[in-house]
Amino acid sequence: MAAISRDDVAHLAKLARIDMSDVELDHLAKEMDVILGAVARVQEVAGVDVPATSHPIPVNNVFREDVVKPSLTSQEALSGAPAQSEDRFKVPQILGEE
Amino acid sequence: MALSYDQAVEKYEPTLGLEVHVELNTKSKMFCSCATEFGASPNTQTCPVCLGMPGALPVVNGKAIESSILIGLALNCSVAPFSRFARKNYFYPDMPKNFQTSQYDEPICVNGYLDVEIDTDEGIKQFRVEIERVHMEEDTGKSLHVGGATGRIHGADYSLLDYNRAGIPLVEIVTKIVGGTGKYAPQVARAYVTELRDILRSLGVSDVKMEQGSMRCDVNLSLAPASSGTLGTRSETKNVNSLRSVERAVIGEVIRQSNRLDAGERIVQETRHFLEESGQTRPGRSKEQAEDYRYFPEPDLVPVVPDSAWIEQLRATLPEKPSTRRKRLQQAWSVPDKEMAAMVNAELLDVVEETISLGAEPTRARSWWLGEVSRLANEREVAATSLITSAQIAEVINLISNGELTDKLARQVVEGVIAGEGTPREVIDKRGLKVVSDDSALMVAIEAAITAQPDTAERVRGGNIPAAGALIGAVMKATGGQADAAKVRELLLKHLGQG
Repeated sequence: MAAISRDDVAHLAKLARIDMSDVELDHLAKEMDVILGAVARVQEVAGVDVPATSHPIPVNNVFREDVVKPSLTSQEALSGAPAQSEDRFKVPQILGEE
Repeated sequence: MALSYDQAVEKYEPTLGLEVHVELNTKSKMFCSCATEFGASPNTQTCPVCLGMPGALPVVNGKAIESSILIGLALNCSVAPFSRFARKNYFYPDMPKNFQTSQYDEPICVNGYLDVEIDTDEGIKQFRVEIERVHMEEDTGKSLHVGGATGRIHGADYSLLDYNRAGIPLVEIVTKIVGGTGKYAPQVARAYVTELRDILRSLGVSDVKMEQGSMRCDVNLSLAPASSGTLGTRSETKNVNSLRSVERAVIGEVIRQSNRLDAGERIVQETRHFLEESGQTRPGRSKEQAEDYRYFPEPDLVPVVPDSAWIEQLRATLPEKPSTRRKRLQQAWSVPDKEMAAMVNAELLDVVEETISLGAEPTRARSWWLGEVSRLANEREVAATSLITSAQIAEVINLISNGELTDKLARQVVEGVIAGEGTPREVIDKRGLKVVSDDSALMVAIEAAITAQPDTAERVRGGNIPAAGALIGAVMKATGGQADAAKVRELLLKHLGQG
């Protein structure tokens, strides 16, 4: 069984707002299936005695003091923005949301 | 015929769920050191971390963790021995990272409760609202939708984003299903949010200003046929930005849903927006397609593993519970239930306590805040505490207590202070509001009153003490209310051989 279906890919594309053609979906579904298959082989190595983890080393409780440090200026913050207006990031019309 | 609220709750049993978001009042953001000040110029409180720049790494604000644990402890929760952050992925420009760092299946605190009291037909009754979880996340940026008529996304030409708020620590407090409230669902919802706000304020972890958005409430509501024991489909109402709105949103949704059900229509599981003007809700985005956040553990942050010593150290700093404090103050001041409830509802408890601590006589402190000051505040449609300070009221009350002001003069002093004429002392001087306590000046007025009403004076001489009231009234009138009535009475009775 494929690890990822064409419908899954179409759904992910929709969530990421990426418009994909039928040809692209067919192609990507196969390609992603190969990638996930490779990852699945790594999972086979881990036995039941190996717990799932999100970190390679057991480090906990890394906190910083609640101290304010200088921020970027608005010009710096906006310097990489494709569009800006009134010191704000300007984005195209937001569709499909309320 | 459309169902009214009363008819609706006879046919249907409401079930509530409340999600409260509260912005913590830390100085810096949740995962970076940017300031959190409200109202700063757009995009002046951002950095590579909260702008989601590639390679920027977040570090957790320790104070925010402490505040979250304190909130959990105050809500009788267990603090999780192991808790993690997760990425909540979504495609919307209010977070530049394209995900919100939140907590998913491993929140910091779980399984608590909060008891609230509401006024029912059978007297004061206690409801237990169970808490499912308290979890940490970060606030989003502020969007400004430009173009279109309504300022809403729909119809806008483009949107402008200010990320100053993005990354401010946010704590979400989620209740379990709250059932069994019957027709009192609106009051229970309001009492819960009120009590929660009071607790958060007493902990000092948030400004809890609903009107500024530092505390926000989502109201989940479903209806099922009365005594059916089932659960209906729920709606989630957002944009509920005051305590009164919490109550109105529940009423509005009960009426809307009951009328749909009565008409044989189904309830759609969806997000709705509360409309302040009408008390009704309008549909927002549909939940069915929106809830696909693909949560996964945040690889850039390490787990939070609070040891019991730390938790106990925090527990030891918990302040007195607001409900305990209310009971203590009520007893100390011997206030009747109704008056206590009035003070709590008007949010005057703090200011009354302050006024009393400044030496004002407790009964007078209560009646001034609840009476005259509240009346003036209602006229102006502002909060009583925005008109005058506890120190000023305490000063006025102390002047009454030591006989320098009558109640009537004091009202003029308070009016003057509110009008911006200065301190109580300054108003007294400027307006010449001194009690006439000079005996000789009073005696002139007393003689005049006796001359004007010889029959009344004769009756008092004959032992009819209550008749003196008419003469005292005349003296008070003649002195423009600036005389101390007790003093007038004393002098008058003495003069008429009854002292």
